[in-house]
Parts: sequence; C-alpha cells; structure tokens
Amino acid sequence: MAPVLEVANIKKRFGGINAVDGVSFEVREGEILGIIGPNGCGKSTLFNCILGQLQPSEGEVKLDGRVTTGLRPCDLNRLGVSRTFQLLQIFPKLSVRENLILAAQEHKGTMLSRLFGPRDAGLSAAADQMIDFFKLGALADEPASGLSYGQQKLLDAAMAFMAGPRLVLLDEPAGGVNLTMLANLKDRLKAFNLERGATFVVIEHNMDFVMSLCSRVIVLAEGRLLAEGLPAEVRANPSVIEAYLGH
Amino acid sequence: MSSRWSRLGLLLALGFLILAPLEFKRYGLYILSQWAVMTIAAMGLNLTLGYAGQVSLAQGAFVGIGAYCAAILTTNGWPLAAAIVLALALGFAIGWLLGYPALRVQHHYLAFVTLAFSTLAFLVFRNEAWLTNGTDGIDGVPRPSVFGLSLKPHLYYYYFCLFVLACVTLAMLGLVRSPWGRAFVALRENPMRALSLGVDTRRYTLMAFALGSALGALSGALYAPLVGLVEPPAFTLTLSLNLLMMVIVGGSGYFLGPFLGALIAVLLPEWLRFLESYYLILYSLLVMGLLIYSPTGLIGIVDRHIVRRRTRAASAARASLSASIEAP
Repeated sequence: MAPVLEVANIKKRFGGINAVDGVSFEVREGEILGIIGPNGCGKSTLFNCILGQLQPSEGEVKLDGRVTTGLRPCDLNRLGVSRTFQLLQIFPKLSVRENLILAAQEHKGTMLSRLFGPRDAGLSAAADQMIDFFKLGALADEPASGLSYGQQKLLDAAMAFMAGPRLVLLDEPAGGVNLTMLANLKDRLKAFNLERGATFVVIEHNMDFVMSLCSRVIVLAEGRLLAEGLPAEVRANPSVIEAYLGH
Repeated sequence: MSSRWSRLGLLLALGFLILAPLEFKRYGLYILSQWAVMTIAAMGLNLTLGYAGQVSLAQGAFVGIGAYCAAILTTNGWPLAAAIVLALALGFAIGWLLGYPALRVQHHYLAFVTLAFSTLAFLVFRNEAWLTNGTDGIDGVPRPSVFGLSLKPHLYYYYFCLFVLACVTLAMLGLVRSPWGRAFVALRENPMRALSLGVDTRRYTLMAFALGSALGALSGALYAPLVGLVEPPAFTLTLSLNLLMMVIVGGSGYFLGPFLGALIAVLLPEWLRFLESYYLILYSLLVMGLLIYSPTGLIGIVDRHIVRRRTRAASAARASLSASIEAP
C-alpha cells in the first residue's frame, strides 16, 4: 500500500538561503510522525511546501501516490489534508460552533447548494459532536474571542479535524498551552488517531509531548534530515543532541 | 434583550418609511427615493468591501451601466422589469469579467484597476454617442406601470423603490446567513486560514464582486426613471467615492451599515445646505472625526457596546467552565 504522504527531495530557497534543502520522508497510514529540530531548521517551511502555501523550488509531494505539488491549499484540504498553524488561527467573531461548521462546509455540496441550502450546511450535529469530543460544551455559542488561550488552541485543533481528514499536519500544537490543557490535548489527539484512523504529522518543541505522542520522529537541522527513528532512539542520538545543544 | 430592541427599531423604521412620505412634498419624496436607490448600490459595495474585503472604486460605474441599460431600453419601449433583469445580468457579467483578472491583485492595486475601469466606463458613456447619446445624455426616461397602475406620481415610484429595496434586503439577509456569508467573514478575517479549511477564496471573492456589481447596476436601473435624465457626469469617480463613503461611514461589513451611510450621505448635504459651498469642508471634517473615533463606522459604535457586554458574560461562563475542567 502506498504511503499516505510521500515527500521527495523537497527544496525551498529564499534568495540565497536554502530553508529546506532536499528533505525526503514518508508517512504511513495511521501513524503519528513527529518532526523536531532547532528553531529555523525549516520545519514550518516544509509544512508550507507540503500544503501548497508555498511552492517548493524543487521536489515533489505525493498524497496517496498522486502528485499534489502545485495544488492550492483549498484543493489539498478538500482532498483530505488539514492543518493547524504555529500561531492560533481561529475566527474570533464567529461562535465556536460556527468556526467548526466553517471548517467543514466547503467539503459538502456545491457553491450553489451552499448558497440556497440550509444555514448550517447540515453540519450542526457534527459540530456539536466535535464540541463534546473536545469538551467545549458550555461554550458552543460563545464567540471564539471569549475563550481562554488553551480553549482556543483546542478549538483550532478541532477545526482541523472537523471535515474528517485522513492526514492532519499540526504545527506546534502544544506551544503556550498549560499542563492541564496539554494533557487534555494529547489525550484528544491520541483518541482521534485511534478512533478514526487519522494520520498525523506533528511539529513540536516540547520533547515530552513528542516522545509520548509520536510513533516515529524525524529530526531536521539546517534544512536537512539529520536523523529518523523511534522516539527513544532519536533522543539518544549524539548528533541530535549536538544539533539541539550546540558544540 | 438586544434582539427585542432591534426588532422594535426595525418596525419603527419600517413604519416611518411607509407612512411618513404620505405627508411629504415632492422634494422630500425625491430625497427618500434617492436614499432607497443609493442604499441598494451601497449594499452591493458593502458585499465587495465589507464582506469580501476588496476595495472597489468602480461601483459608480456599475450604477451608470444599470442606468444606461434602463434608459436605453425603456425609451425604446421595453418594460422597466425587463431592463432591471438585464441590468442585473449585465452588472453581474461585467463584474465577473472585470473581477476575474483584477482580483489577482489586492488592496490598493485593486483600487487602481477599478479606478481605471471607472474612467473607462465614463469615456464610453460620454463618447459612444450612437449608444448613449453622448454628453446630452438620455432624457425622458419613463416611469413604469405595475398592473396597470402608473408609477408616475413620486409617491408611487418611491413605494416601488422601497419595495425593490425590501426584496434586495431579504435576498442579502439570506446570502449573509447562508454558508456563503460565513465564508465571506472567514476570507475577510483570515484568508490564509480560510484557504487551509478548503474555502476557495478566489472564487468567493469573485462572486462577492460580481454580486456587488449587479446590485450597483440594479440601483442604476431604478435611478434612471427616478431622475428621468441619464447623463455621463452623474457616474464619475465622485459617485464611486460617495458610495465608498456611505459604506465606511455606516459601518463596513455590518448589515445595516449601508442603510445608515446612505441616509447620511443623502441627508447631510440637505441639512448643511445653508453653509453653501463650505458644506463639503464640514462634511469631510465630520467624516474624519467619525473615522478617528470609530474606524468601523456608526454601526461599529453600537456593536462595540454590545460586544463589550457579551464578552463580560462570556468571561463569566469561561471562568466557571475552566474551574470545572481544571479542578483536580
């Protein structure tokens, strides 16, 4: 069976800088792949190249064996790839439920059916399920701006899951979240992975979070793949320790 | 509570719009009809600017296209209803054709492209005399009859404009409450995130622009029989800027913004008439003052007040929820 995601020799240059310099890896169905590496090693640029937010200077991205380089982010999303961003990206004026409906409405019907069809695009029930799943029950009708940072982070993740994606790319989901919320988030991510078989790629700095969540980890340094393996192997790898701690 | 108040306000406004004109003289009726007509064009621009976030300086040109469409057809014996349908279609089609290339650029670049279109439209109105009768314009645009009732009296034509405005209002309400409205909010507030959630931002922006242009043309098709004379100077950049000001003063992106903005843009010059040519100075000072105090326009002032109250309530709900989640 073809891997869900294949990244082949992706390069991205900004002027004279090689932000991503020939990275290749595969993501298999149902796994949670962690990507770690020091700041500026090209993790987020790599994400943006995979997701069509940036066009890679060289290389190819395949989804289920099909080349997707050159597709726009909205096309990729409708093929079942969703993401979260490093910084929170919710719609503060919309309610929690509306944020979630928005996250899936483009996956149903046509432009015309969305214009003349029901206001909630038939997604209220699914949104409420997601609200329960992420334990945001009492806040369903609140504007998202009224949520605490941790709750907004949960909503951000919930939005990425709303359309039932097969592949979710999470960019630093744990950043700035307190310990209680972090445990809650990890628990929800694991549950989603187990119950619905979604595949994850996670960029994260929080080592404990990565070690306890991911089944496999790759390490980037200066735009290149430095190491790959089980979390424990990677953690013990001398070159990884050096890249993180310096000489 | 706020919804009960707004419903009451809506009923009062509707009552006023229907009953008050019975006592109005010719000029008052003309002003009020103009308000209804301009509100439609401003609603269109509010869709483009307020909901989809695209600055357009071409709305006046679309009003002109609609006005010429109605003037040419009705003076050749066509019914106004046919002219209205054609104006809508023409506005939509030209808006789509202009938007398709133009919306690849954004912000002030888009403003320049629409500015160029506005100039182009004016040149066509003035120079293509075989179609538009050139600088003389088209005089004697007739008012229609509905079910045998002539709308020649100003009062009747005002009610006709009000009826069309009501239809447009309901259609617009349906639009902004549909999933499209949600997509518009999303692409205005955070286009990158909207794109990553599958919202085809280019397509939605184009639709907003085309629909907004169609409403501009509809407004023009009502304007022509109201004034009776359609001539090029009415549809210069000045009208586009005026419409832009209506949207911004009223509150860009708010449903009621264009109604209020058009009211002020139509009435204020009348109230300030005693200042003669100084009125523009006072008008611009008032607008500048408003935009410094409330960049989101007049409706924005009310909205801020409501949001502040809601946020206070939300914080309370949040505190009680986090207490229950985070308790050991």
